[in-house]
Amino acid sequence: MKNEPLNLSVNLCRLQMDNPIVPASGTFGYGNEFKEFYDINILGSFVFKGTTKEPRFGNPTPRIADCTDGMINSVGLQNPGIDAVINHELPQLKTFFHKPVIANISGFSIDEYVYCCAKIDKEPQVGIIEVNVSCPNVKHGGMSFGTTPEAAAEVTRAVKAVTTKPVFIKLSPNVADIVAIAKACEEAGADGICLINTLLGMRIDINTQKPVIANVMGGFSGPAIFPVALRMVYQVSQACQIPIMGCGGVASARDVIEMMIAGATAVQVGSMNLKNPYICKEIIEQLPIEMQQLGIQSLSEIIGIAQKK
Amino acid sequence: MYKKGLYTITSNMPLTETIYKMVLQGDTSYISASGQFVEIELPNKFLRRPFSVCDYDDNSITLIYKVVGEGTQLMSQLKIGTTLDLLTGLGNGFDINIDTKQPLLIGGGVGIPPLYNLAKQLIKKGLQTTVALGFNCAEELFFVKEFKEIGCKVVVATIDGSVGTKGYVTDAINQNGINCDYFFACGPLPMLKALCNHFTIEGQISMEERMGCGFGACMGCSIQTKNGAKRVCKEGTVFLKSELDL
Ligand SMILES: Cc1cc2nc3c(=O)[nH]c(=O)nc-3n(C[C@H](O)[C@H](O)[C@H](O)COP(=O)(O)OP(=O)(O)OC[C@H]3O[C@@H](n4cnc5c(N)ncnc54)[C@H](O)[C@@H]3O)c2cc1C
Ligand SMILES: Cc1cc2nc3c(=O)[nH]c(=O)nc-3n(C[C@H](O)[C@H](O)[C@H](O)COP(=O)(O)O)c2cc1C
Ligand code: FES
Repeated sequence: MKNEPLNLSVNLCRLQMDNPIVPASGTFGYGNEFKEFYDINILGSFVFKGTTKEPRFGNPTPRIADCTDGMINSVGLQNPGIDAVINHELPQLKTFFHKPVIANISGFSIDEYVYCCAKIDKEPQVGIIEVNVSCPNVKHGGMSFGTTPEAAAEVTRAVKAVTTKPVFIKLSPNVADIVAIAKACEEAGADGICLINTLLGMRIDINTQKPVIANVMGGFSGPAIFPVALRMVYQVSQACQIPIMGCGGVASARDVIEMMIAGATAVQVGSMNLKNPYICKEIIEQLPIEMQQLGIQSLSEIIGIAQKK
Repeated sequence: MYKKGLYTITSNMPLTETIYKMVLQGDTSYISASGQFVEIELPNKFLRRPFSVCDYDDNSITLIYKVVGEGTQLMSQLKIGTTLDLLTGLGNGFDINIDTKQPLLIGGGVGIPPLYNLAKQLIKKGLQTTVALGFNCAEELFFVKEFKEIGCKVVVATIDGSVGTKGYVTDAINQNGINCDYFFACGPLPMLKALCNHFTIEGQISMEERMGCGFGACMGCSIQTKNGAKRVCKEGTVFLKSELDL
């Protein structure tokens, strides 16, 4: 092996990141809690909690359930609303995080996505906008925007029309053909795709014979979903030209490398942050050791190399 | 401030058929108040399990837990010398810098443990401290002697009447003519609701919710209060009675 220093940096749509590690939306709040554990400036970036036009309390509790190698949540997008995020969270974040952050935007109508994205686009701290299309469209019978290529493309086009920053569309895995939806987003102008959001799941308490989650069902995440996420990253990266952020079940530096080989340019870590608040720091420290062992000089070299094998 | 660290079990023994006491050795410097909790990582369990700190000193933490499911079952089988990964210093804990001369501590079932260190602190401040404890039956009684030993007046209620007043803690408080000017409580939701209706005085109530992280990141544990949505694990677990809408 050459004697050059290992290179962990990646370029994600004009955003030069020190490393590909990005805590996923909903598992990292607005950064406040994790800065107590470590200096979060070591991260590539992070995605803040899904933000909507109005403040939301979310779903009734219990809204968390434990599972084998994973968990279910039905938090239901609790957030203080876009104005509070811009007026309180971002100024606070600026005091301890000095890199561009990724804004996660959710909505229940096209208008709401447009409203929030247009507002967040004006914030200099935001490097990338990640649009979560897994939410139900309240104007169209509650079907999630992410379940048809047409609806996903419609959100993409509408959001792209009001933004200047790179827009990633974060897709739901609860669909028959992920490739068709990703391609529709690419054609509608998306700058990147994030794969995947949670899988619809459920638990029942066998003592009470009642669902554990008040809302009955919720989003399943954690190490158990890694193979599903990896498969979707692989499929979409074969079909699309735009960069992918891989997300789902990532728990180690080796998982990060596997995701990148499958086609991810950056890798998000979600649920594992809740179990081990130091997981992202540990992964960033472990990455060079794994790279050395695998003979990888630069992480950006391995992005999507599985396609070529 | 909270901290992740490794702790060694120095004792793990049953107090009743289903209730165990575990003592862990390790860094306790991040525990800043009575009523805080820890999150324990258990083998083969994804999410950590939350438990109130019953008591602590410079290098040990005492927990009291009830076996209710797979995680607590597993805990009950852990041997002395086993190391566990804990997050400590979680939750706001009880505020003892308040104006009271006669505090009353009210606990139901596994809501009792966090009141023990609190009672110690209040007694250290020279306050005449009464504890009202609610259990289902005589077989489930625990820590009554321990509260007496540190100088508390203790009254007990059992649902089946096998010990103390028959009924709920509120019945024991009435029957024993307990006077108090402030209360602290932890226990099942119906008990907490009853206390809110029973008392006109202010008090601090420790709440429980299913938790994802325990340190404020996931929004799993939120409740609605008179001052808006609050995370039980972060803004709580202890709330003022006047703030809650039970
Ligand atoms: C802040 C706080 C302090 C607590 N302190 C104590 C204590 O001092 N002593 C004690 O015996 N118990 C306490 N509990 C309850 C204790 O956390 C649960 O009984 C325990 O997690 C059950 O785990 P299990 O695997 O045996 O049960 P399971 O039913 O198999 O657990 C499955 C999931 O549900 C969660 N869960 C189950 N019941 C509860 C519950 N009542 N509250 C919160 N989460 C629950 C578990 O954490 C886990 O994620 C506390 C809970 C909270 C939130
Ligand atoms: C508690 C919790 C809250 C989440 N909230 C959001 C959210 O607000 N917006 C979003 O796009 N994804 C949200 N997600 C999904 C994650 O960002 C991620 O896509 C998913 O959990 C899969 O990754 P993981 O297996 O690493 O957790 C949430 C996940 C969890 C566990
Ligand atoms: S348990 Fe995660 S925010 Fe309270």
